[in-house]
Amino acid sequence: MLAFALSRLARAAITILFVVTFAFIVLRLSGDPALLIMSVDAPPEAIEAFRKAWGLDRPIWEQYLAYAWHALTGDFGKSMRDGRPAIDLVLERLPATLAITLPALALKLGIGIPAGIYAALHRNSLADRLTMMVSVAGFTMPSFVLALVLVLIFGVTLGWLPASGADSVWHAVLPIVTLGTAGAAIMARFTRSAMLEVLGQPYIRAASAKGLAWWLVVAKHALPNAAIPTVTIIGFMVGSLVAGAVIVESVFAWPGIGRLLVSAVANRDLAVVQALLMVIAAWMVLANLCVDLAYGWLDPRVRSGAR
Amino acid sequence: MAAPLVSIRGLSVDFDDGRRAARAVDGVDADIAAGEAVGLVGESGSGKSVTWLAALGLLPNRARVSGEVRIGGMNLIGAERRVLEGVRGKRIAMIFQDPSSCLNPVHRIGRQVTEALRLHRGMDGRAAEAEALRLFDQVGIADAKRRLSDYPHQLSGGLNQRVMIAIALAGQPELLIADEPTTALDATIQAQILLLLSRIRRETGMAMVLISHDLGVVAENVDRVCVMYAGRIVEQAPGEALFDTPHHPYTQGLLAALPTLTGPRRRLAAIPGSVPEPWNLPVGCRFAPRCPAAEERCRHEAPPRRVIAPAHQAACHFDVAGQSVWPAQEAAE
Repeated sequence: MLAFALSRLARAAITILFVVTFAFIVLRLSGDPALLIMSVDAPPEAIEAFRKAWGLDRPIWEQYLAYAWHALTGDFGKSMRDGRPAIDLVLERLPATLAITLPALALKLGIGIPAGIYAALHRNSLADRLTMMVSVAGFTMPSFVLALVLVLIFGVTLGWLPASGADSVWHAVLPIVTLGTAGAAIMARFTRSAMLEVLGQPYIRAASAKGLAWWLVVAKHALPNAAIPTVTIIGFMVGSLVAGAVIVESVFAWPGIGRLLVSAVANRDLAVVQALLMVIAAWMVLANLCVDLAYGWLDPRVRSGAR
Repeated sequence: MAAPLVSIRGLSVDFDDGRRAARAVDGVDADIAAGEAVGLVGESGSGKSVTWLAALGLLPNRARVSGEVRIGGMNLIGAERRVLEGVRGKRIAMIFQDPSSCLNPVHRIGRQVTEALRLHRGMDGRAAEAEALRLFDQVGIADAKRRLSDYPHQLSGGLNQRVMIAIALAGQPELLIADEPTTALDATIQAQILLLLSRIRRETGMAMVLISHDLGVVAENVDRVCVMYAGRIVEQAPGEALFDTPHHPYTQGLLAALPTLTGPRRRLAAIPGSVPEPWNLPVGCRFAPRCPAAEERCRHEAPPRRVIAPAHQAACHFDVAGQSVWPAQEAAE
């Protein structure tokens, strides 16, 4: 188990290193921040001075090594815009993002899983067909469309909820619902197919043949097995808690990580973009690690395979 | 004969998927006496398993079941879920073909046995564990104590089938349906499991229905054999009578297809043609299209069940009196 965990950790570190390196190179190939921040008609001496101040005049590999060295010591550079440490800018936005993504996750799981189980247990019934229709509509609709439709209905026409901003709890409702809808739809479909797969297994029939009441067969034999594939998709959803709201935050002017990412990219604020990508990657990797551990916990076959 | 333990009358099962209707079991009548061992033989798709899955209400909802399956005066067909749950495992237990996939992969096998003990005998904790150990001993699982905490994937197919049998015994059933219990196992393990089933039947006095596509498996382990073809029982007889004087051309064909250990080497005879599809069954005798003795009447009229000897019946228009209708086999060079 220790070897398993260590190999996973090493892999996680390599993944993060890869993301950081890739982001570093791509960002430096995609345009000169000096021109953007100083504006094109700034005097050439000023632009040159800016480049020198931020080390942009040095060869890219030197910049990279310097960056990597500092990153290892916990220094992710300073924002080129306001000179504050990039990592601080990122971390102070995190609570706002989690304030909408965490309730959205609860919505996805709280609605998606029971709906999927119900649909699977009543396969081909009217309720099953309705659930699946709603779910197709839910995950095929792009989030910006759903966001605008919700704003139109609840913000403009009915006037029940604020359409954008982050001044009160009520401002969070529409972003949460927008994020939660597609996720709940995906979760419902996934749970349903996982349940149907399990319900067709011989051990379900054997459990019934034992004389167990149907609800016990479902609770003790079907659900624990259906949980195994479902964990994969839950892992994705947990992984996207940090960076999964870029579009929704932009539409609703929600001051989270997503909006910071959009503005930092637009401004070529390299240090901030890199810090963001590092945090996002680290979170994704952590979520994946949790999924792997959850597999081991749920499925004894995985456990003995890792031994 | 005293009143049978289980009595099946006119049992039919139809599957209708909306596009075509298929009749998997067609008017099956059978009695199982207490303590009796009955073999149910036939090719794949002849309705052997479906008959008993239907009796226990284990078929999917789209199956339409009619007829009667009585145990102790109670009709199981159309019975409430709770009634069926009270019979399953408690009065009639069933074990299946692929033991390794019949055990829940995420639960320890000990827990899967004690689950049945709690359900049927109200045992908990220590008592249940002690009884599970006793059952493991009874079904010949060595090192039972350690095995209780194993998962199904850590056990061989043969051991898993022993676990399944232990679970089936947990409810002390009056009848065990063994549905192809050895088909997924190696030949040597197969013999061990069949011996085990015979021994347990002697020890407990329970009745057993052994479902198999293999006449050889059935021959040595049962008192009486029912042969099924395309959803109908075509012949039933005590084991010896069936093997010595088979009356239905299908039974005769099956026996001709078996290799013998003694006697001259000969070519094994296959029955020409194949089993009719359940959505496209012939009218009249189901076997007529493949039967060398078939006449015009066979293609229109379903044959009645003819009593040949007190416990021997065959559903054929002709009385072939034990003479094979199949051409004699030439000896192989």
